[in-house]
Amino acid sequence: MHGARVRRAITRWGLFLTLTIGSALVLAPITFMVSASFQPLPEILRIPPALIPRAPSLQNYYQVFQAAPFLQYFYNSLRAALVTVVSVLLTSALAGYAFAKFRFPGRDLLFLLILSQLMIPFQLRMVTLFELVFRWRLIDTFPGLVLPGLVDAFGIFLMRQFIRTIPDELIDAARIDGASELRIFASIILPLLKPALAALAILTFMWNWEAFLWPLVVASSDAVLTLPVGLAKFGEQYLIRYDLQLAAATLITLPVLLAFLATQRYIVQGITLTGFR
Amino acid sequence: MALRLAVQTFREGRLLSYRARQALWGYLFLLPSLALFVLVVLWPTLRAFYLSLYRWPLGEAGQRYIGLANFAALVQDELFRIALRNTLYFTMVTVPLTLILALAIALLLNRRDLPGKVPLRAAYFLPSVAPLVAVAFAWRWLLEPTFGPINWALRSTGLPGPGWLGSPQWALPGIMLMTVWRDLGFYMVIFLAGLQTIPSEIYDAAALDGAGSWRMLRHITLPLLNPTLVLAAVVAVIDRIQVFTPIYVMTSGGANFLPGGPLNSTRTLVLEIYFTAFRKLDLGYAAAETVVLFMILLGLTVLQLRLLERRFEY
Repeated sequence: MHGARVRRAITRWGLFLTLTIGSALVLAPITFMVSASFQPLPEILRIPPALIPRAPSLQNYYQVFQAAPFLQYFYNSLRAALVTVVSVLLTSALAGYAFAKFRFPGRDLLFLLILSQLMIPFQLRMVTLFELVFRWRLIDTFPGLVLPGLVDAFGIFLMRQFIRTIPDELIDAARIDGASELRIFASIILPLLKPALAALAILTFMWNWEAFLWPLVVASSDAVLTLPVGLAKFGEQYLIRYDLQLAAATLITLPVLLAFLATQRYIVQGITLTGFR
Repeated sequence: MALRLAVQTFREGRLLSYRARQALWGYLFLLPSLALFVLVVLWPTLRAFYLSLYRWPLGEAGQRYIGLANFAALVQDELFRIALRNTLYFTMVTVPLTLILALAIALLLNRRDLPGKVPLRAAYFLPSVAPLVAVAFAWRWLLEPTFGPINWALRSTGLPGPGWLGSPQWALPGIMLMTVWRDLGFYMVIFLAGLQTIPSEIYDAAALDGAGSWRMLRHITLPLLNPTLVLAAVVAVIDRIQVFTPIYVMTSGGANFLPGGPLNSTRTLVLEIYFTAFRKLDLGYAAAETVVLFMILLGLTVLQLRLLERRFEY
């Protein structure tokens, strides 16, 4: 019995060691990026690469801020993500409520129509959306940037599934008490939706923060460019300045990683809760 | 009962019938979402099919109906064929590699008595949340042939360092490497969630029967995890076919890059659509390309539903 326990302990710690080495490998690209961002270009290009900077400095960051308005990009990204999240939450909750708790002609057909869009890739409507935005003279404007994301078929679907679990009696009781339909939505449905709304908000924010293809297509001026596209443009301008690229990349990565570490549990929950996407 | 009766009385005391009022409120609640949905989803989607039948340069004269001529041209289009081939290559390599590695890590992390589980899980998941454009730039440096850390590591173990992003042969594999690295954690989390739904009693019973860990893996874990595996595989394939950002950032972006990487070796489907629509402004042809992309993805989705139907019965 004693031998078995020792063997178990050995496999356990052997496993732990293997996984730790593996995680160090997985984290190496980010570690190298952060470390290199504090070094001047000749140091970055030195062989072998130094993991710990010999003379760390903030010079690269200083130059990055002088070369491109990253704070402006950050603000643009934040503004676009927040507007999108608010719009998606509101439209999804309203439509989800209508589909889950009201009877009206054409309901099931309309729901099926929205559901069918889950199978259609964004690229299919990207070209025609571009034409629409072009016609409305919204190219390189904030409305043009956020327009395609203001409503989300997946969000509507998610909200409907959640609202279906709310008992009808609760709503009927409020009607008897004389509450208006809007009041019922605002003070009964919305509070009960909080966990689902939180998950949808985090996911929508993350997708929006990472959105690249559409912003690349419509945004070109500093007042509209979001962080990913602003960074890509910056990288194109300073193609071989690895020092500036890595500083800008680190600048954009660190806040996200800190936010991730703070909200890790909810993100993992959100992914497993909603399955995929 | 009393409640239901009260509701009934209440319903009948109004001008409009309860049903009509319900329908009215239903439409009202639906209106904002539906209006937006039609404008930015439904209409553009239908119009993409319509435009695919037209010669349609953006905002210029010369827009005219040409039937299936765009599709006929696609069949002959050498660049489009290259894009299809590259997309297939990229998908066939990255998906199995990502899933196998993610599954292995998830299985190891799932052991109940493993110390430091939570920080380890976070470490493996971290790259999945790092901004894609930022890490793509980091990887451009990591893969730099002469000064990059990866070739330095390869050379110090005696292996030759390939030219990576500058070489027609190695540019796409370089991006594959980065993609597998970044996606690993995401699929690991999915698999961990799937593993946690397997009741531990099954393992206890198998252990009593004298089953070793290898047999438990083959006869309990993998069969029970199968629905998750199939779903993850299809989601991964659909996602990889639409790959764009790392390709654009690492080999195809600015004026200094060749569109499509060295000798078009990193030209993929969505990149091809991007160049046709937004650089050449040839919207009709681009719409035809997106229709082909849609057909491929639809085929895969149907396949997914078939596979899930058959294998969900455990």
